[in-house]
Amino acid sequence: MIIVTVGMQLGFDRLIAAMDALAPSLGMPVIAQTGKGSYQPRNMEARVKIAPAEFEALMGEARLVVAHAGIGTVLTAARCAKPILLMPRRADLGEHRNDHQLATVGKLAGRPGILVAADESELEPRIAEGLALTDWSATRSPTAQQLHAALAAFIENRPL
Amino acid sequence: MGKDSIRVLAVASGGGHWEQLMLLRPTLAQYDIRFATTEPAVAAQHGIADVESLPDCNQNMPVRSALCALVALWVVLKHRPKVILSTGAAPGFFCILAGRLIGARTLWIDSVANGEELSMCGKLSKRFAHQCWTQWEHLAGPDRPRYFGAVL
Repeated sequence: MIIVTVGMQLGFDRLIAAMDALAPSLGMPVIAQTGKGSYQPRNMEARVKIAPAEFEALMGEARLVVAHAGIGTVLTAARCAKPILLMPRRADLGEHRNDHQLATVGKLAGRPGILVAADESELEPRIAEGLALTDWSATRSPTAQQLHAALAAFIENRPL
Repeated sequence: MGKDSIRVLAVASGGGHWEQLMLLRPTLAQYDIRFATTEPAVAAQHGIADVESLPDCNQNMPVRSALCALVALWVVLKHRPKVILSTGAAPGFFCILAGRLIGARTLWIDSVANGEELSMCGKLSKRFAHQCWTQWEHLAGPDRPRYFGAVL
């Protein structure tokens, strides 16, 4: 199963419509949390809101998360050890107030378990890459290893 | 003294702040760790039953902030941790302030969501916490905040 989420604050029809078009070819169920969008999906199960506990359960079953580049979603996927494919919202298309999601994907691309599709044309190949990822969750990113080591040093009052 | 005898209080508000604390949990679990949060139900979902509950607050809620500061002081006095750390937000900052009163060593880890500038509590923590860390290298200063990696 693939879970798609654009958060609950703003719609993101460009991502939802593109995933709806791809859904029949993915060979597994696709469930989408569409937020306040206006596009009505036909090929995937779509809900405006999914309560946190249920979302967590769905995340546990999912093989891949496809989402807007919201840091909260990235963190949840990381905690659940699920690969996540991010497509950034764009301010020039009225999808957000500013382009901070473009900055976010620029900085997160390449970290373990995080894939980026710059726009809808890149979704299909990136989904295939995401589904092919195995065993990455055991690899902590170099930046995470660094933070864990520094935290242990601080707690034990060793030099940083 | 063994690692598991170092008492640590780790504080995070619900949502993204808590997610980040949970990503640090494998390291925190080596110590005598205590947790505090504004959403104990979420902590219970993560298998942490004996979590301390803090009232949520922010800079626009003066009365609730005062209440939160008192509860934070109570929690800190109850556990007497050697180390207090928070990944945000205001309730965690109050625990750090309370920690200064009992001589705890304190650490603020600013949220990875703050990629453009430090949060307000992060800015205050540059002064009031022993250490203030950002998770974005380009935000690190010559003195503070410092950068030692990120949860992701």
